[in-house]
Amino acid sequence: MEKKITIAGFGGQGVMAIGQMLGYASCKAGGNALFLPKYGPEQRGGTANCTVTLADVEIGAPESRYVDTLIALNQPSLERFLGAVRPGGLVLLNSSLCRWTGGREDVKLAEIPADDIAREIGSPKVANIVVIGAYIGLSGVLTERQMLDAIEEKLGKRPELLEMNRLALKRGMESATPRT
Amino acid sequence: MEKKFLKGNEAVAEAAILAGCRFFAGYPITPQNEIPEYMARRMPQVGGVFLQGESETASVCMVYGAAAMGKLAMTSSSGPGISLKAEGISTLAGAQLPAVIVNVMRGGPGLGTIQAAQSDYLHATKAMGHGGFRVLVLAPSTVQEAIDLTYKAFGLAVKYQNPAVVLMDGWIGSMMEPVTLPEAKEPVKNAYTGWGTRYYNPSGTDVDVVTSCLLEPDRQELLNIHFGEMYETWARDEVMAEEYMLGDAEYVIVAYGTAARAARTAIGSLREKGVKAGMLRPISLYPFPYDALKRLDKSRVRCILDTEMTLPVQMKDDIRLGVTDAIPVHSCGRSGGVVLTNEDIEDALLRIIEEEGK
Repeated sequence: MEKKITIAGFGGQGVMAIGQMLGYASCKAGGNALFLPKYGPEQRGGTANCTVTLADVEIGAPESRYVDTLIALNQPSLERFLGAVRPGGLVLLNSSLCRWTGGREDVKLAEIPADDIAREIGSPKVANIVVIGAYIGLSGVLTERQMLDAIEEKLGKRPELLEMNRLALKRGMESATPRT
Repeated sequence: MEKKFLKGNEAVAEAAILAGCRFFAGYPITPQNEIPEYMARRMPQVGGVFLQGESETASVCMVYGAAAMGKLAMTSSSGPGISLKAEGISTLAGAQLPAVIVNVMRGGPGLGTIQAAQSDYLHATKAMGHGGFRVLVLAPSTVQEAIDLTYKAFGLAVKYQNPAVVLMDGWIGSMMEPVTLPEAKEPVKNAYTGWGTRYYNPSGTDVDVVTSCLLEPDRQELLNIHFGEMYETWARDEVMAEEYMLGDAEYVIVAYGTAARAARTAIGSLREKGVKAGMLRPISLYPFPYDALKRLDKSRVRCILDTEMTLPVQMKDDIRLGVTDAIPVHSCGRSGGVVLTNEDIEDALLRIIEEEGK
């Protein structure tokens, strides 16, 4: 198994955190992972993006022409990276900030109102955890338990924080149903 | 044991500390900034010294001073900063002082771009400064290997009393991967170990000066001859390379660092299409694995594809020294920080095969 995921959004939306958390969780669960942040002039006020490879085999190329999944947290990211999704791949978009405008009939689409769900839970900060939940729910590459272990270790064990993250992950997993 | 998920630059810095390095001087430049940042936090915790010099030149000279006093010392930078350190690196080599220099390369001459590239092969392997000296050059292709080679570089630097270089690209520096850290070595305890070339004073005094300025031609010549003999022992004892699916390969990709990772993926896909591709991955770039190239079966290998993240490619001359004209050498690459994908390599090799068939 080897899955490549590009995560893209505005700086500040937790793009890098999503990528890193997926990597941490895979590593902690005994799997392989490669987190590759992209730094460039686009960091200043524009889009931020990273590519994560999750695998149970040795990872070769850090980046390929196509990815299995695009997680788009805003409109410009969807437009910029949609073409890089392999046929049959998955587009997971944050429908709170981003609208599907078509253009690819050969990919699976899942829309999740991550920011709305995060506000319902009580903190806009957990929108990225909602997205992680949606991704692992749809892809099945990591279990809820494996993800929570990594979240606990990296984002802290403070009970109120942990509860909110746990809820965000669960809501993300439940909300994600692909439409083709 | 559970693996740690570490960023390449930080992993390199921690590996240096585990190898016993207790002196770091540097100056900021992307894409290696996490190395000095990590050292600034970590060195005081282990009783070591971190210094941000007023310039690259100052930092490498501080490393010279620390090494002359028997400390395992390191500096890091990226292409343009390494150029500024050239004088100091040459002086370290001339004074026979061990030190490790990390170059996280940029994309092109001058200031270049900050994205991942392999622009400094020729600079690192042929002449990192004036005077005709050589340095050991090690090129990791994963974060784990960046740790292992940095750790090893200190051992080699001390063994040969010569600078050793870890040459990597910005992706290895900024990516995170699961790793296992090596065991911590005891740092050198002596305040002064006796490392380095001594000042020759014909009138004779008891002043002990470590220097690269020998003044007497006869003495300089002896030292230069010694260097030459030492480089020959490197070629015999210190060559490192990985052979990947070479056993039956008709097409051999030669690639190092991140380019070799892309090549590995490309080989998987080419093999599925029935193309017998394999790879020779130099790990030590100097000394270069000429013998592995000489050993290739010339009746079977149809061509070599030199694959690098730089254009024009820089390793081709060394490959041709290994295979002479017996095997044609083609090249493939991206540069300036443009991503080299496995598909780029696959397409390049398929094009060559198609041309062959015409």
